[in-house]
Amino acid sequence: MQRALLSGVVVAVTCSVVGLFLVLRRQSLFGDALSHAAFGGIAVGLFTNTYPIWTALLVSVLASLGVTKLRQSTKIPPDAAVAVMLSSGLAMGIVLIGLAGGFNLDLESFLFGSILLISMQDQLMILMLSTVVLLIIFKLYKQLMYITFNEDQARVSGINVTRLNYLFIGLASLAVISSLRLVGVLLISSLIVIPNITAMMFGKGFKKTAMISILIAVSSVLGGIVTSYFMNLAPGGTIVILSIAILLGSIGAKSLLQKIRIRNLANEPESLLKTP
Amino acid sequence: MQDLVAVSVKNLTYTYKVSSTSFSPNVLDNISFSVNKGDLLGVIGPNGAGKTTLFSCMLGLFKDYQGEVRIFGHDIRKNNNLILQSIGYIPQQKSIEQGFPATVQEIVSLGLIGKKNGSKEKVDSALEMVDLSGQNHRRIGELSGGQQQRVLIAKALVSEPKLLILDEPTTSVDVETQNKFYTLVKNLNLKNNLSIIWASHDLDAVNKIANKVMCLNRSMFFHGDTSEFFGSNELIRMYSESSMQLHMRSHSNQNMNLNSGYSQEEANGRHDEMKG
Repeated sequence: MQRALLSGVVVAVTCSVVGLFLVLRRQSLFGDALSHAAFGGIAVGLFTNTYPIWTALLVSVLASLGVTKLRQSTKIPPDAAVAVMLSSGLAMGIVLIGLAGGFNLDLESFLFGSILLISMQDQLMILMLSTVVLLIIFKLYKQLMYITFNEDQARVSGINVTRLNYLFIGLASLAVISSLRLVGVLLISSLIVIPNITAMMFGKGFKKTAMISILIAVSSVLGGIVTSYFMNLAPGGTIVILSIAILLGSIGAKSLLQKIRIRNLANEPESLLKTP
Repeated sequence: MQDLVAVSVKNLTYTYKVSSTSFSPNVLDNISFSVNKGDLLGVIGPNGAGKTTLFSCMLGLFKDYQGEVRIFGHDIRKNNNLILQSIGYIPQQKSIEQGFPATVQEIVSLGLIGKKNGSKEKVDSALEMVDLSGQNHRRIGELSGGQQQRVLIAKALVSEPKLLILDEPTTSVDVETQNKFYTLVKNLNLKNNLSIIWASHDLDAVNKIANKVMCLNRSMFFHGDTSEFFGSNELIRMYSESSMQLHMRSHSNQNMNLNSGYSQEEANGRHDEMKG
């Protein structure tokens, strides 16, 4: 349980930080495509009897760089390029599963997550990948923010946008791989997207939004793991349902606050008139 | 004499690649001009005249041009990063997404990336110059179009550039904001002795503010003193006629592209790839 909680917190921080840039660049579905490419990699690992996370890492990094190159050197629209990556990974996985006659539990744990069954090897991998991702993003935070704001202006400021885009997509692959054990291939993108769109409703400033997003992601993960443990639920699904509940609650709270503000403004002239 | 020149462009020709074997007609055709330090050059020309392409070449965003572009004596293709540090660039106004969480302070600070002596005082002073003091902690997405444009100007000024390039910066702002902007540009030019190159469709404003004018119509139509151009009815009539011809030519090209199966976007479209 302790191992699950620690890994969960680390993954939550990594995914929400990477996710903020992905959401603002309108690449929210990139996480989904990366995780499906990783699915193909997992199947390769299980088929060849290799630690599946390493093969998933290799396949998703290569796929992400390949898609970025494809987008830059052809006229394929970005969403179509993402769809190509998504279906290629899934197709590779399905073919290998067919060849091996199925992988049963192992594959299922990667599809839906299995944070409570996490091994020491998995935990070390999560810590290592997340540390690399967070350190690099912390170091290049301003440049990445500039590119997210406006690529042309970033280029004119002397930032090597092409190189940083490749680096960032590589980092996003690492973040996705580190969260495979937590929520599984099918739910990763929710961990990347939901805390950030919730945080963007309240955050004033890039840094503050990132901090709120981290707070929401960590709360969802910790709450989800503990709830699933005591109520015998699937942890991945519980984490996502909890983060959706926070999102819906936030939308409701924001709308209520706006109504109260409008009502107060409407009442203000009357109260001013009543004042002697 | 060389020390007086801020920008020198010689025989600049640029053609967009439509496919690996075909090219569009020249967008810039053998352009030569120079801008002295402290000059305020207004660049006028109809849509499609090549103004943005000219700026893209001057800023090193496009490198596959024929001819030579020198900024403060340095070839932009060879000393890109060094020269870019001395240029402030404000692109054509595109509205910034309302949900973008960065504050005014964070956006203006982006102009200090790569500078050794970046400080909050510099950001405050840049915001003061554009009449946005005290707005540091507002989200940029919450500001009006005119205020957002002034934030971008502050971002360009915070790095204390020697040359400011403005690409139709007031296209989508109201008349009052436009007038404030023109006063600001004139003051920056006179008080800070800043060299400014400014593309605009507002001939009246160019006449009032710029000391030099360049008429672009894919090829150079006129380059010289503002008083010489606007004082000659014959020149203005010839300029209007050639603008009309370009407009007609663009329309017929558009129809040809549609008939040949190319969309106008595709025909114009190598833009992003070239930058990569």
